[in-house]
Amino acid sequence: MRKLNLKGLTKRYGALAVVDHIDLSLHEGEFVSLLGPSGCGKTTTLRMIAGFIDPSEGTIEMNDHLMSSPAASVPPERRNMAMIFQSYAIWPNMTVFENVAFGLRARRLPNEEVHRRTTEMLSIVKLDQLSARYPNELSGGQQQRVALARAIVIKPEVLLLDEPLSNLDANLREEMRGEIRRLHDEFNMTTVYVTHDQSEAMAISDRIAVMNQGRIDQLDAPVDIYRKPKTRFVAGFIGRTNFIEGRLNGDVVNFSGFNIARSNLGTTSIPAGVSTFSVRPQSMEVLANRPTEANQLDIPGKITTRTFLGETWDYTFDSGSGLRLRVVSSPAITLEMNQPVWLRIDPAQIVRVEDSPAAA
Amino acid sequence: MDSTVAIPSSSATVSRYLRPKRSFDSMVILWIMLALLLMFLVINPLCRLIIDSFRQVGGTDFTLANYVAAFSRARHIQAVINTLWMASFASLIAVAMAVPLAWAVSRTDMPGRDWAHASVIAAFIIPTFLGAIGWMLLAGPNAGWLNRIFVGVFGTATGPFNIFSFSGLCFVIGIYAFPLIYVFTRSALDLISTEMEEAAAVHGAGTLRTMLKVTLPLALPAILGGFILVFLEATALYGTPALIAIPARFNVATTQLATFFEHPLRVEVAAAFSMPMIGVTILLLWVQRLMLSNRSYVSVSGKGGDRRLVRLGPWKWLLAAYALLISLVTVLLPLLVLLHCAFAKAWGQGASISNLTLDNFHHIFFEQLTVRQSMWNTFSYAAVTATACCTLGFGIAYIVQRRLLPLTPVLSFLTLSPVIIPGIVLAICFYSAYAGAPFYLYGSSAIIMVAFVTRFLPIAFVTVGSGIRSINPELEEAVRILGGNRLMVLRRVVAPLLKKTILGAWILTFVLATRELSTAVFLSGPETRVISVLTLDLSEQGRYEILAAMGVVLLVVTTVVVLAGMRVLGRDFMLRQP
Repeated sequence: MRKLNLKGLTKRYGALAVVDHIDLSLHEGEFVSLLGPSGCGKTTTLRMIAGFIDPSEGTIEMNDHLMSSPAASVPPERRNMAMIFQSYAIWPNMTVFENVAFGLRARRLPNEEVHRRTTEMLSIVKLDQLSARYPNELSGGQQQRVALARAIVIKPEVLLLDEPLSNLDANLREEMRGEIRRLHDEFNMTTVYVTHDQSEAMAISDRIAVMNQGRIDQLDAPVDIYRKPKTRFVAGFIGRTNFIEGRLNGDVVNFSGFNIARSNLGTTSIPAGVSTFSVRPQSMEVLANRPTEANQLDIPGKITTRTFLGETWDYTFDSGSGLRLRVVSSPAITLEMNQPVWLRIDPAQIVRVEDSPAAA
Repeated sequence: MDSTVAIPSSSATVSRYLRPKRSFDSMVILWIMLALLLMFLVINPLCRLIIDSFRQVGGTDFTLANYVAAFSRARHIQAVINTLWMASFASLIAVAMAVPLAWAVSRTDMPGRDWAHASVIAAFIIPTFLGAIGWMLLAGPNAGWLNRIFVGVFGTATGPFNIFSFSGLCFVIGIYAFPLIYVFTRSALDLISTEMEEAAAVHGAGTLRTMLKVTLPLALPAILGGFILVFLEATALYGTPALIAIPARFNVATTQLATFFEHPLRVEVAAAFSMPMIGVTILLLWVQRLMLSNRSYVSVSGKGGDRRLVRLGPWKWLLAAYALLISLVTVLLPLLVLLHCAFAKAWGQGASISNLTLDNFHHIFFEQLTVRQSMWNTFSYAAVTATACCTLGFGIAYIVQRRLLPLTPVLSFLTLSPVIIPGIVLAICFYSAYAGAPFYLYGSSAIIMVAFVTRFLPIAFVTVGSGIRSINPELEEAVRILGGNRLMVLRRVVAPLLKKTILGAWILTFVLATRELSTAVFLSGPETRVISVLTLDLSEQGRYEILAAMGVVLLVVTTVVVLAGMRVLGRDFMLRQP
């Protein structure tokens, strides 16, 4: 059974389609991130799932029940979802305990159960000592925990998170990221997570939906999103990459300065004519000495710019015949400018990318 | 594009909570109700004023004769000119008091800064008409205290002061208008970073030069903004001119307007005569907005941060003396003389034990039914007005801020539009609209309260609106998603977070309504007089002891309410700029 199912979901403001025919379905317990730059429609999508915005077209179903459609909607308070907001939205006029107990009270559960479940949840997020405090006495991380506890204690059908970590500093962000994933695994909650931070999405998700101009460009596991980006936009947005052009010629693809058999490339379905390919700076190696092994793709050239970033060297390799690529090397390998070097490429890491359907 | 392939629309069960898209009817009904209400409170009275100004006196034909009648007489034109001069001088007096005081309190090491600030608040809560009465007792030509002291000390035949003069009028208006400029100037000064002043000092400017070349120019838009508001307030003021200018035998625009309400009643001419007042108000409010919104000039951004006080050396004593003078003139002397008068058998007899009595209070509470009635009217109308303003102001502000209805800018505009109408003109509007057929509300308490609500709704709307704006909508959405409905949003989150703001707005509108004179003046009948209206009658009859006793009651109630507000809301809740 699909837990949550978006079909052709669209939201228009005037002529502008902020969300443009999105199809997405989550199975029980799955953790999916909506990842994209600001204005890509990810937050609007989340708010439609929550019921704050009605779609212009398409439907949202949960457990095969219709939640949203242009004609009729279930109001947010009847969806049995929970949401964590960017601002945390902890009510300042209630104590930590009252905040967390709110959803249970709204469901008119018996007092004893409210008390038991709230106390239990507070100890799970390690806030039991602070239950009588008011939110203005808490640190940012503690407020985040209150928001988490408040959302999870009601055992929501679906948990929605809207950039929950963007207000935290870097260390705390990593810690809370782990906490969110831990709680997800513990309670097996179906989760939709909105973020613009690709490493956050990589670290936390089962699958990532990369959104671009109101559409989903690619929906895949993090490893596949990184290694096999389907569009130019996805390849550029997730990590850094080089784009090179290649022309299919029989069973061989001609790149500028080298040729590779189609079957050796990362993507084998390649249309006739010129295509764009992505090759990550991390997937190549620069060698100072002429390599002796056979059966390797080694291209001679030189280093034209270099930047030392501490954890890596950032080189620009130039073959002298129109091929310029950014390559990342370990700090142990220091190469001088303008000296002859050899670039080794793993053909399996060259993948074809399409122009995004909505590419600008 | 590769997302999960959409399976053909399955048998999605219909949830029992599925609701058709926001039911159109309830929203439309709410919209129509609000529109009708604002029509009643704002649009109809304003339109009736304009229509009446073109209507033949006592008839129905279209005519321009009212405008001719209003503006063809030299006497009437002179009243307008008097108003402009009066407002200018009064505003200048207010600036001369407010700006040095605001600078001294905000920026210098003058001794007694808290005390000076408290005395500004005190001046703010004294109703202008009571201040005027106080100064009539202090500086009346013969019997005024200051004149008698002067005669006693210097042995002259008469004293030098005469409050019943043009300069006396400007003085009294100015000294009770200055708190407004003080508030504007002070908040601008508080925002200017001392780093700017320090930069000037580093580049070689002394204290005086820094103040004149850096601090003052930065605060200038705020000062001018305050000046304009005081100017407008002075042109619209009726009470003080009625008390002072009428005995002094000259007219200003508002007292001239009142003559059209004497026999023979000519509401139509009054309507025509008030058009320029509305025009001037719109123009000046527009200029003021323009000036205050020009933020590129006012670099008063961010928090003031750590500030160093300007060391004045011996000059601080001079400045402190000036502050003391201001508080003597605005608060201490008038209060002293009013208190004396309230407890005196005859105020002219001077301060002696034999002259002390409680009879005046016994009189107003148990004998003089007119006074008792008017006190009851004042406080009950004010309470109803404040409650209605806060309820409506909250409702409209919430709808506008959360965009619950379409066309919210129209709602907002209509709610705010009464600010362009001077109080006395608003009285004419309501007289035109509701005094006669088909409403026949003249002399009823309803017409006064409705006019008060219209007058003070903008203040409540703006105050509550800024409170709502400070509530992050996500706090409300969190209630919804966790299972609470709209009612629970209001009850559990909005109301608790807003209760102080609403209390502040209630107190503010209550206090303003207890002293409102110009809106009430043409609308109150024999049974519906309020303290401010009765003040004019008692003053005319020379019954100052009764008047002062009634004034003391008003002051005590106001002070108690304001002090209660301060306890809950902080010292300066009345002085915040909307």
